[in-house]
Amino acid sequence: MVVAIASGKGGTGKTTVAVNLALTLSGDMPVQVVDCDVEEPNVHLFLRPAIEVSEEVTLPVPVVDKTLCNGCGRCGEVCAFNAVIAIDTQVMVFPELCHGCGGCTRFCPVGAISEEPRGIGIVECGRAGRIEFVQGRVNVGNPLVPPVVRAVKAKIDRARPKVVIVDAPPGTSCPVVASVKDSDFCVLVTEPTPFGLNDLTLAVDMARELDVPFGVVINRSGLGNKDVLAYCRCEKIPVLLEIAFDRRYAACYARGGRLVEEFPELREAFRGLWRRIGVLAKAG
Amino acid sequence: MKELLVVSGKGGTGKTSLVGAFAVLAENKVLADCDVDASDLHLLLKPQVRETKEFYGSKKAVLHSERCNGCLVCVDVCRFGAISVGRSGRRSVLQGEIRIDPVSCEGCAVCSHACPQGAITMAENLSGHWFISDTPYGPLVHARLGVAEENSGKLVTQVRRQARSIAEERGSGYIITDGPPGIGCPVISSISGVDLALIVTEPTVAGSHDMARILELARHFGVNAMVCINKYDLDEGRTEDIERYCRREGIRLAGRIPFDEEVVNALARGAPAVMSPAGAGRTEGRASRAMREVWTEVSSRLG
Ligand code: SF4
Ligand code: SF4
Repeated sequence: MVVAIASGKGGTGKTTVAVNLALTLSGDMPVQVVDCDVEEPNVHLFLRPAIEVSEEVTLPVPVVDKTLCNGCGRCGEVCAFNAVIAIDTQVMVFPELCHGCGGCTRFCPVGAISEEPRGIGIVECGRAGRIEFVQGRVNVGNPLVPPVVRAVKAKIDRARPKVVIVDAPPGTSCPVVASVKDSDFCVLVTEPTPFGLNDLTLAVDMARELDVPFGVVINRSGLGNKDVLAYCRCEKIPVLLEIAFDRRYAACYARGGRLVEEFPELREAFRGLWRRIGVLAKAG
Repeated sequence: MKELLVVSGKGGTGKTSLVGAFAVLAENKVLADCDVDASDLHLLLKPQVRETKEFYGSKKAVLHSERCNGCLVCVDVCRFGAISVGRSGRRSVLQGEIRIDPVSCEGCAVCSHACPQGAITMAENLSGHWFISDTPYGPLVHARLGVAEENSGKLVTQVRRQARSIAEERGSGYIITDGPPGIGCPVISSISGVDLALIVTEPTVAGSHDMARILELARHFGVNAMVCINKYDLDEGRTEDIERYCRREGIRLAGRIPFDEEVVNALARGAPAVMSPAGAGRTEGRASRAMREVWTEVSSRLG
């Protein structure tokens, strides 16, 4: 069972939910945590895993053999991203723009282009106690996020019966979709403010579009207003859990502490969350 | 005209509340919201949309099944797994069984070049909208990317270009931009060429971590950066650590803002957390006063 934890926006407590759900379940069953927030992976700050394997994520980018190139310009016509440009007889490649589609190599009539791998990020695997851990990280200054997310997701182990918890990036655009797609269930984390509600409606649109069953966790409940609850009731979206606003929880998070270990009442709450996910994932 | 970008590396640090405060405090400015993926600024600034423009940020492959003879070349050449066959394993398929998944399609057009029947063409894809609006605090340029769309970087560029042209037209002193979260493509498009990036962080393990990444990005693009610590009293020890780190790295501090429920309450009312200068005579909350001081620091740095 693969459960994605998403939110229309960062800062709502997505990582908190992913980490504490994983810690709660890891006593009873095998758990794998996959941090797909490759721009700002934060799960490791709480799980503090020992990284055992680290692999580079690469994209094949073109290299032009100047002795073969006749300057026909075909490669520049083919490239949809302006990553290779032919001016007169000079061919220039801009690797940071290249999506690695292979078009220029395929269509060069004289076979002057070959490909070499360019590093765009890394994928790391390890363990945190009983929890298997995977995370990705894009290189700073590299705008191509989805290929790194895909490389992280490739590490999801669906073979053995276990729970896979995927921490998705914030937002609803391509990297998030790459993370949430193919999950069995999606937990949308929000907070009871107008920002929270606004971002939740976007995340709900996304989950519906991807056709993944979903429910909502309201974090910092008690702060702000009741509009999120009203919205969920009106849209018939199940509210799976409400975590009360408590300065002690905020302080625990701030120092990288684990809520379910310091506050036993929350461990019970996360067990309840898991039961509800189980029921809804089957129904969906 | 000076361009200020407010970023945080991560959402939820109170960046938008601070931009809302600046919207009240700064004079003669244009506002821009570059968080095109999940913008929130409109909730505080209550914009009246004056113009709506369509944004075509990408192309997607479209199959014309009447021309397809099922040779499957497209399936072989697509590196993004966007083209699949209805019934798997068969090398010859009846026409119409090829499916193109628009979410996975990156728009590279390799399939359209490779198809011997010319059965695939590339079509402009409506990826979102952008808006020019009036707010009580001045003009706002903002945008909305469609769900599951990419190329937010291009949409950000569009928003910035428009904000700049409005600012030039009006002779504005500032462009104040609410930046997107993360360090990926939309942030890269937001940060290049701004006069100052104000990084809003909070004293948490995640906060200082994300701040270091966005500082690295600012350095990578040669942009001046300042740091402001929100909810600093959540963990004063860590606040001091962040300040020490900044001093060591030669990053100017723009101030600290305390945790104040007044900010959340203002938010719940859908209003900026800082009072307009006209209302400033009344007793002001701690956070509001701190935000005012941050603006003084930032505007003096901007010159
Ligand atoms: S591989 Fe594709 S994206 Fe990269 S340069 Fe060649 S045609 Fe352009
Ligand atoms: S397509 Fe090949 S021969 Fe033509 S300009 Fe490009 S590299 Fe040179």
